[in-house]
Amino acid sequence: MVESTVQESRSRDLDKLLLRPGNLVGSNFEPGPGLREDLKEYVRVLVVGAGGLGCELLKDLALSGFRELEVIDMDRIEVTNLNRQFLFRLDDVGKPKAEVAAKRVMQRVSGVNIVPHFCRIEDKELEFYSNFSIIALGLDSIEARSYINSVACSFLEYDADDNPQEETVKPMVDGGTEGFQGHARVIMPGLTPCFECTIWLFPPQVKFPLCTLAETPRTAAHCIEYAHLIKWDEVHSGKAFDPDDPEHMKWVYVEASKRAEFFGIPGVTISLTQGVVKNIIPAIASTNAIISAACALETLKIASGCSKTLSNYLTYNGAEGLHTKVTEFVREKDCLVCGPGVLIELETSVTLQKFIDLLEEHPKLLLSKASIAHRGKNLYMQAPPVLEEMTRSNLSKTLYELMGKIPKDVVHATGTTKKNDKKTSCLRKLRVIFKGVDGITDMETAAGGA
Amino acid sequence: MIRLLKVKEKQREVAQANGGSSHVKKQTAGELRLHKDISELNLPKPCSIFFPNGKDDLVNFEVSIKPDEGYYRGGKFVFSFQVSTIYPHEAPKVKCKTKVYHPNIDLEGNVCLNILREDWKPVLNINTIVYGLCHLFTEPNYEDPLNHDAAQVLRDNLEQFEINVRRAISGGYVGQTYFSRNQSCN
Repeated sequence: MVESTVQESRSRDLDKLLLRPGNLVGSNFEPGPGLREDLKEYVRVLVVGAGGLGCELLKDLALSGFRELEVIDMDRIEVTNLNRQFLFRLDDVGKPKAEVAAKRVMQRVSGVNIVPHFCRIEDKELEFYSNFSIIALGLDSIEARSYINSVACSFLEYDADDNPQEETVKPMVDGGTEGFQGHARVIMPGLTPCFECTIWLFPPQVKFPLCTLAETPRTAAHCIEYAHLIKWDEVHSGKAFDPDDPEHMKWVYVEASKRAEFFGIPGVTISLTQGVVKNIIPAIASTNAIISAACALETLKIASGCSKTLSNYLTYNGAEGLHTKVTEFVREKDCLVCGPGVLIELETSVTLQKFIDLLEEHPKLLLSKASIAHRGKNLYMQAPPVLEEMTRSNLSKTLYELMGKIPKDVVHATGTTKKNDKKTSCLRKLRVIFKGVDGITDMETAAGGA
Repeated sequence: MIRLLKVKEKQREVAQANGGSSHVKKQTAGELRLHKDISELNLPKPCSIFFPNGKDDLVNFEVSIKPDEGYYRGGKFVFSFQVSTIYPHEAPKVKCKTKVYHPNIDLEGNVCLNILREDWKPVLNINTIVYGLCHLFTEPNYEDPLNHDAAQVLRDNLEQFEINVRRAISGGYVGQTYFSRNQSCN
């Protein structure tokens, strides 16, 4: 009895969104009590990262009516996390973030089920990711975003007219913060730009010239990078520097301090050392809270249709006054990761040599001297000579056999194409389908790699 | 999308009941771009490239340079390349595996070449880097030193610099530092 009252009052605010029709709702919105129950039963959300954003996201999603959550993070809790990663306590230091975060939210929000995964994102098979309805990202690196993006886009399939097939779209909601600034974005592969379409949005990392570090240091950061990049190798020949080993970090700090003293440069501290070496920008709890809240709401909107989603990139800047803005970025037409690629239908008897010749004649490609790669395997390389020699014997084999006898998949080709009488080099994505091969209906196993 | 999710959830249950998993190697956009760079390599004459892990691992490779002119002619210098998954957003990591007496390469193999660090741009490619490395051997530069002693000698006494380079290539001591005989030297 008490339990049901609690449940009722907890969903009271949410019910206002889910039970009533409206003018600004998503196209497939079906208001009613059934929707609330379906959210619990059918929507599975994966939260990638259990750090500053991940802790907030898990809490927000659990309180927004989602029941089935999973979280993946490879890190253990550090003392420096405690100021903002509010699910963790001093006693938790050293424990896996994902496990502690899942436990705390489940203790606090009854009925929610959170499965933690203490591992690298690359350790999970594609199948694992395909099981989720929506993937929410609370990450701090371009590499990790790029990886998850390529995984989510690999489920995407296009029909014969190059339109994305709705049921293969795996939505992602991505958040990121840096000090007082942050972004939240919605990625619907095939419909809105994917991470790779707009990777140019990330500014290049600042890198100091090595010779400046070695000869003419002017700042504390120069001294730290000297100790980290040059002095470390000189002293520890062959031993790799591990940024997560406190002893290693201390060594860099001590060396950097010596150097700073020698050149009369102030400002080398242990926290600056960590900041420079690990590329850390001070994280602010409230920025994380704002960005995560936006991401959690977008997740709810995508799943329920109770409102139109963010379209498609929100920037938040609290550093100079307060400014927030939504920009609608557009897709990269020929994106190698989320684009449809060029559809090519082939007989199973076509050899790799014949296939390469076909690309030259194909009206949409006119690609000459093509090199071909399939799922990380180089089937044929035109250059350099050492690779050409290693792959030459494949030319007489059939493409069907080289691709592992699967009915359809994506291959990539690089070569030169003529545009207005000018030769340009290009890299193209090709969707190869073999005629007369059964098993095309087996959607999950035939999902093409991006 | 809830209706869609309901349908999918049913499919998922069916798929799980049937077992069956597919392990697929993911290829990132960075690896694809690298594939393009490598397939279009047009290396300068004195260079060759090796893939120690075979034809399918393009992210780790070695380039050897045998300068045919300048102070370093007759030597052979091997560089290791390590390419990140977000290439070309980030420059490859390049180290010189051959111990060399050079103002812009230190004895640990660190290389001071602007396009490897502060001046890297995604429009540059592997070919550009190799040309840059070749340039270091034809035009060693004392203004951006990593090996301070070598830079000083290059600036103050060209003749001595040439003698030191020859000695390092053919094996022997330059100052306190021992260089083993360069393989390609004859």
